[in-house]
Amino acid sequence: MASKALYSHRDPVLKKRDDFEDILEERRNSSDLRYAFKCYTPVLYRGLTPCKAATLKSMVLQSEQLLHVINQVSAESGESTDVVKDEAAAILEEMAHRLQLRTIRFFAYTLSKAFKALYRSVCVNEEGIQRLQQAMQEHPVVLLPSHRSYMDFLMMSYILYTYDLSLPVIAAGMDFLGMKFVGEMLRMSGAFFIRRSFGGDQLYWAVFSEYVKTMLRKGYAPIEFFLEGTRSRTCKSLTPKLGLLNIVMEPFFKGEVFDVNLVPVSMSYERVLEESLYARELLGVPKPKESTSGLLKARKILSEDYGSMHVYFSPPVSVRSLAQGRINRSQFNLTPRCGGSGHVAQKPSEETQAFVNDVAYRIVRLQQENMVVKPWVLVATLLLQSVEGMELTELMEQTSWLRDLARMFGAFLDWPDHTPCSMVVSSSISLHRNLACVSGSRISLVVEGPQGPETPEEALFNRAVSVLSCASYRNQVLHVFLRPALLAMALSNANSSRKEDIYSCFDFLRNVFSDEFILSPGASVQDFDEACHLLVKCGAVELLHQDVVMAESGRTVLSFLTLLLEPFLQGYQVVCRYLREEATENLTEKQFIPAVRSFAVKLHLSGSLKCYEVLSSDLQKNALNALIRLNVVRRVRTNEQVLFKVNKAAVNSVEDTLGGRIPTQKSILARL
Amino acid sequence: MASIGDGSERQRIAQQRLRVLAGHLRRLGAEERPGVAAQECRAGAGTTEPDDKPPCSVPKRRQDIMKWNGWGYADSKFFFNKKGQGEFTGKRYRLSGLILPSLKDWFEGTFGANLQHKSPAVPSLNTSAVAPPSLNEAFVEELKSTGIPFSHDTEDRVFRAHGHCLHEIFSLRDGRVGRCPDMVVWPNCHNDVVKIVELACKHSVCLIPYGGGTSVSSALECPPEETRSIVSLDTSQMNRILWIDEKNLTAHVEAGIIGQDLERLLNESGYCTGHEPDSMEFSSLGGWVATRASGMKKNIYGNIEDLVVHIKMVTPRGVIEKSCQGPRMSTGPDIHHFILGSEGTLGVVTEVTLKIRPIPEYQKYGSVVFPNFQQGVACLREVAKQRCAPASIRLMDNEQFQFGHALKPQVSSIFTSFLDGLKKFYITKFKGFDPHHLCVATLLFEGDREKVLQHEKLVYDIAAKFGGLAAGEDNGQRGYMLTFVIAYLRDLGMEYYVIGESFETSVPWDRVLDLCRNVKERIVRECKEKGVQFPPLSTCRVTQTYDAGACVYFYFAFNYRGLSDPVHVYEQVEHAAREEILANGGSLSHHHGVGKLRKEWMQETISSVGLGMLKSVKDYLDPNNIFGNRNLL
Repeated sequence: MASKALYSHRDPVLKKRDDFEDILEERRNSSDLRYAFKCYTPVLYRGLTPCKAATLKSMVLQSEQLLHVINQVSAESGESTDVVKDEAAAILEEMAHRLQLRTIRFFAYTLSKAFKALYRSVCVNEEGIQRLQQAMQEHPVVLLPSHRSYMDFLMMSYILYTYDLSLPVIAAGMDFLGMKFVGEMLRMSGAFFIRRSFGGDQLYWAVFSEYVKTMLRKGYAPIEFFLEGTRSRTCKSLTPKLGLLNIVMEPFFKGEVFDVNLVPVSMSYERVLEESLYARELLGVPKPKESTSGLLKARKILSEDYGSMHVYFSPPVSVRSLAQGRINRSQFNLTPRCGGSGHVAQKPSEETQAFVNDVAYRIVRLQQENMVVKPWVLVATLLLQSVEGMELTELMEQTSWLRDLARMFGAFLDWPDHTPCSMVVSSSISLHRNLACVSGSRISLVVEGPQGPETPEEALFNRAVSVLSCASYRNQVLHVFLRPALLAMALSNANSSRKEDIYSCFDFLRNVFSDEFILSPGASVQDFDEACHLLVKCGAVELLHQDVVMAESGRTVLSFLTLLLEPFLQGYQVVCRYLREEATENLTEKQFIPAVRSFAVKLHLSGSLKCYEVLSSDLQKNALNALIRLNVVRRVRTNEQVLFKVNKAAVNSVEDTLGGRIPTQKSILARL
Repeated sequence: MASIGDGSERQRIAQQRLRVLAGHLRRLGAEERPGVAAQECRAGAGTTEPDDKPPCSVPKRRQDIMKWNGWGYADSKFFFNKKGQGEFTGKRYRLSGLILPSLKDWFEGTFGANLQHKSPAVPSLNTSAVAPPSLNEAFVEELKSTGIPFSHDTEDRVFRAHGHCLHEIFSLRDGRVGRCPDMVVWPNCHNDVVKIVELACKHSVCLIPYGGGTSVSSALECPPEETRSIVSLDTSQMNRILWIDEKNLTAHVEAGIIGQDLERLLNESGYCTGHEPDSMEFSSLGGWVATRASGMKKNIYGNIEDLVVHIKMVTPRGVIEKSCQGPRMSTGPDIHHFILGSEGTLGVVTEVTLKIRPIPEYQKYGSVVFPNFQQGVACLREVAKQRCAPASIRLMDNEQFQFGHALKPQVSSIFTSFLDGLKKFYITKFKGFDPHHLCVATLLFEGDREKVLQHEKLVYDIAAKFGGLAAGEDNGQRGYMLTFVIAYLRDLGMEYYVIGESFETSVPWDRVLDLCRNVKERIVRECKEKGVQFPPLSTCRVTQTYDAGACVYFYFAFNYRGLSDPVHVYEQVEHAAREEILANGGSLSHHHGVGKLRKEWMQETISSVGLGMLKSVKDYLDPNNIFGNRNLL
């Protein structure tokens, strides 16, 4: 299998990880002002020819690649090339960053103050920083942080400034420009702005990709962007977007640079600033528009405690070594470097696309691997499995059990040494008192409610907010348990203990959930092996010849794992049920989410549904995408809108298979 | 001379003969050298050694004047004298007898080498280490009856068992000799070759043509799997200029003649071919044809394929040649192009008609300093675009520039060294060139004095647009000298644990910079990964320009102390470098050829259908693989 080379299958526990250093400690002990005005002399890329932001722009505008597209656009549209050129210049003006040290120093000062107020500590692996520094000298570097919060990119630049590393230029969404003044400040601290969608705009694409590639080729600055494309509202990693990754890898494919180093950065927050905002957004309350006044209003968050934060710089991944044997770079030998007929339309070859996709997944997996898991994450996971609350002592016991299991599965746990479990748990609970409260000997979720009486819908909504907020913590540990959990679920769904039956069930579930979780395409067999390995290791199952059998002692682990994925399973079944029962012939894209939501609300109010996560628009979208991928639902584009055509019989069969009522197809057997 | 009657033609030839004879007489008593011989090989038995056929600069017994385990003449070599200064022995070259004071520092600094750490070669060939010849008695018997000279002397065989690839020379220095030809034959003319090939076919003997022995593609290596008797067919005695046609400006020459002899003999008649590959001291005309050679001055004279008008080749199927000497023909695919680059797999080139030119009136070297390599490449590209390239224009990168400087002879006066210092000051301080980035283009102009000067101005004006500063004739000339002594320098390196070689490619203009950077970097990186203790020398020059691209030449060398199998490491790195070249849009070879060294990439290079075409030609011409050197395919 081609992707095998990319995913080394090792025992996750053996992974060696670096130690952390708290960078706020020094801030608390010395002058922020002096820090902001410190001597900043980063080590630069050795192939760098220094140039100013303005020179960079003119280089882009004069690049042959762009001139070629300009001529083409002008020929197609009939506009004179000068007009198109001006247009390109305007696009670039709107896009380009204006990185300047002044602004960075300003941010260094203000962010020091803010971070000290928000966080107890900001921990960084210094060995990662050293590796990064090395890499930055050698080759162009692309920084790929996870994206959970607006804080992410501020924090990245702040850390790089602190360690005297080259400041990155950051791809940001155009929405920030809506914020007066702040947008420009971000621009001056290295952000460049791209439109969220520019599908058919050839000129825009050309300016944009040329801009990024020029910076990369010249080694102008490290390039930073978020593979996930947007902040993950659920704290689960999102399916990676490939556009920018393609752009930054292309100079290597074409031999314009010797290598490109990709550096995954895992940013884990003990408490995400946006936690309840996200939950509301998932339930259909629109996201507040980015605005300066909104930002100012949000300053009350400064008075809250957001715990600690961990930033882990993974070792740089060399695109060259990944591409070894996978990409035939001489495929470009027969076309001109720039120009030729329609080089923008020239899509990357299938081989290249598959490769970029694999790399993207690999990077996201690396991000996940080095995400720090806080004790609260384990507590939240357990709480969600007993929504009605549980005895505190039982929680302590189970948390300690889960800690050991998570460790065995390779989780990067931040668990204080030499502290009794009960202390750790109660201090987590107190940090998250907005989510969980202890009354007497029981602990339960906090549900905010209005002062007065509330309608059943309001009550449901409020309860859903707290469940989804809690779920966003549980989601942070899903990647650790995901594969064994899919296997556990396959074990209970498959009415057989034969390995091949279980595999086909596993493969089906994996396929269904591949929009929901990060499951690298084509790595099904490896994932299965990994899951088996882990479950055997913790004594939950035994492998006998051609059979996978549940072990006597495995009941606890397996039922925990099954319960972990239960909300998703139920959610997908509800979506199926909606499509089967209520979807009309002319279901439009816009109608889908509200309709599923009200269907689910109805089920809830009637008492036949207990699961809250089905209310999440994220889950609903993922389920729909899965059904489209499985060819059960068809997307039809008409003049004005997008319609969904549902094959009800097929939906029914997916729903039943999910419920374990009918066995999965055996067509995949050959792969075992 | 308007009318070209028979009489006047005869008269002209006669006059020329007189000139030639006069030339011989002038050098009477001096060592014998080949001359123009307007005479065919005598027919019948006992054809060999025509009376008027003088031996060439390299004798039949190469061992008399050549090194057995290194490059070139035995009397010429670099060494470090007792004071640690570099010196070049002998009297043959401009550098001969000179002291090179900066060589040691450059050598030690670049390679981390040390003059205390020597890796000497075995002093002489241990003939007992060479497997005895396996002769095909029937073939030998019949060959004897033809009177064509042959030998199975061990030294003769060993000399023809290798080219100048690093692994070949390294083994020899170690006293290791692989499979050798079992005997050597020296045909004196085309007819001798016809006989030899006939006999080889009759007795199933493997023939490997040998010209100047300068191959760097393992082309001369005897295939170890070959079970037949291997006969090396040494063309060196076919070295006469058969006629010169001044009307058409062509010369008909036997293909065994080596470059320096061809050029000298033509010069005596006031002509030249202008074909000057770096190996021209030793490489032969037939070898040029068989490998698609390229000469330094190809901008004026063209590469070998532009120079040949007619080729005669003996194949197992018979003799192949065209019926006329029309300058261009539309008669199906050009059969010359099956022969050019066939690397001895199809037959032996015996006679070639070449274009000749009057010797240019004026020659001038020059050089230009650029602030960096990018600017230099941009300038060369512009020169190529305007089609005003001088006879030769080469751009050396910074490392090679410094390399060239290490070969600067001791300056004779304080004044010169003061002047040198001043120049350096002007370029680095006043003009702000970074001494670690600047690079030099070397130029060679040829033609009428007036035109040369005009041309020179044009080129310098273009260079100025790219920040280039004229840097004098000396730098230029030294640059060209480097290419002639580089192989001698490798022998010096091998005395001190340094091994290296050169390789080349051709590449479209828009990829030149990327290719140079990536290949150099790849070499450095691979060396590190393979455990080489010191950073290697990894340097390149753009050595030829074309309308649509350039030829790039790399030098690569490293200090192998601490490595158990340096040659293997070397080969792995070279292999990786070639992969990198191909990935960056470079060709498999510009002029070194494929041999056995680069065979593995042939299919990728010319497609499997292309390879099939070549194979079917081979199958037709040589179904029994008499020409069994196994090159190319």
